Amino acid sequence: MPIIVVEVMPKAELLDPQGKAVAGALARLGKSQYSGVRVGKRFELTVDGPVDETVLAEVRGIAEDLLANTVIEDVVSVHALETETVVAGETH
Amino acid sequence: MRIGVVTFPGSLDDRDAQRAVRIAGAEPVALWHADHDLQGVDAIVLPGGFSYGDYLRAGAIAARSPIMNEVVDAANKGLPVLGICNGFQILVEAHLLPGGLVRNDHGDFICRDQYLKVENTDTVWTNGFSEGQEIVIPLKNGEGGYIADDETVDRLEGEGRVVFRYSGVNPNGSVRDIAGIANERGNVVGLMPHPEHAVEPGFGPDMTDAMRSGTDGLTFFTSAVRALAVSA
Repeated sequence: MPIIVVEVMPKAELLDPQGKAVAGALARLGKSQYSGVRVGKRFELTVDGPVDETVLAEVRGIAEDLLANTVIEDVVSVHALETETVVAGETH
Repeated sequence: MRIGVVTFPGSLDDRDAQRAVRIAGAEPVALWHADHDLQGVDAIVLPGGFSYGDYLRAGAIAARSPIMNEVVDAANKGLPVLGICNGFQILVEAHLLPGGLVRNDHGDFICRDQYLKVENTDTVWTNGFSEGQEIVIPLKNGEGGYIADDETVDRLEGEGRVVFRYSGVNPNGSVRDIAGIANERGNVVGLMPHPEHAVEPGFGPDMTDAMRSGTDGLTFFTSAVRALAVSA
């Protein structure tokens, strides 16, 4: 079944304490070339039926209303995932 | 005088809030997240905890739970609502209060007896305080950093809607030390610290004169009882 991916990131101007903690761990592991990490969210919505522009528009609405809180986060991507191109090892 | 306390899956401080209501002289009414019934209460407390496990975002799922339809309608008609900690997070997710709450800037959960300055004593929940009064109530959160854009914060300050500010220490990176705010009408108040944990000598925060003796939180509830008695 088709999947729609929604990606949400904390707003760029906000401090991301989670990302900062990950960046700190990388530095402690000696991976000093990665100076910044930001942690966001990826949602995968399995759609019961074909994905058309109407469905995508609805998901864009859901993303803004529920999946993200636009006071503190940005929806950076809403796109359909072609199931046949799913990378081996990913389970859906 | 009947004050409802909503229990969501994962609420932790609903019983403490009920107890605080009782000690203040009102009747606590247990309300359930899955109902569409406010049981005719005179005011509502959204308690602290981790509703729905804080999945998605703190307060996000609870803000969309069945009873919140009625809570939002009633709040918009002027029913007094107090959101404590997770309850505050639910109020911002339900758009009853502006801004948002994000992970503490230092990344850690924090639990401490917190000094606050009361800046607005006109609300149903704060009329028993004097303006500028310093109070101490417990604070315990991981995602208590209040944020909003400058324009929103300027408006909140200009309209006297910053009800509480952190005093001494800003424990979570909240913008301009904001600990609690009110809506435009003043009937909806949300704050991160926990007044319901400071209502009874022996079980409250440590004060300079005696350990665990702090009862500043009780004034939130006696304020509501008094305001409701006047309006009744």
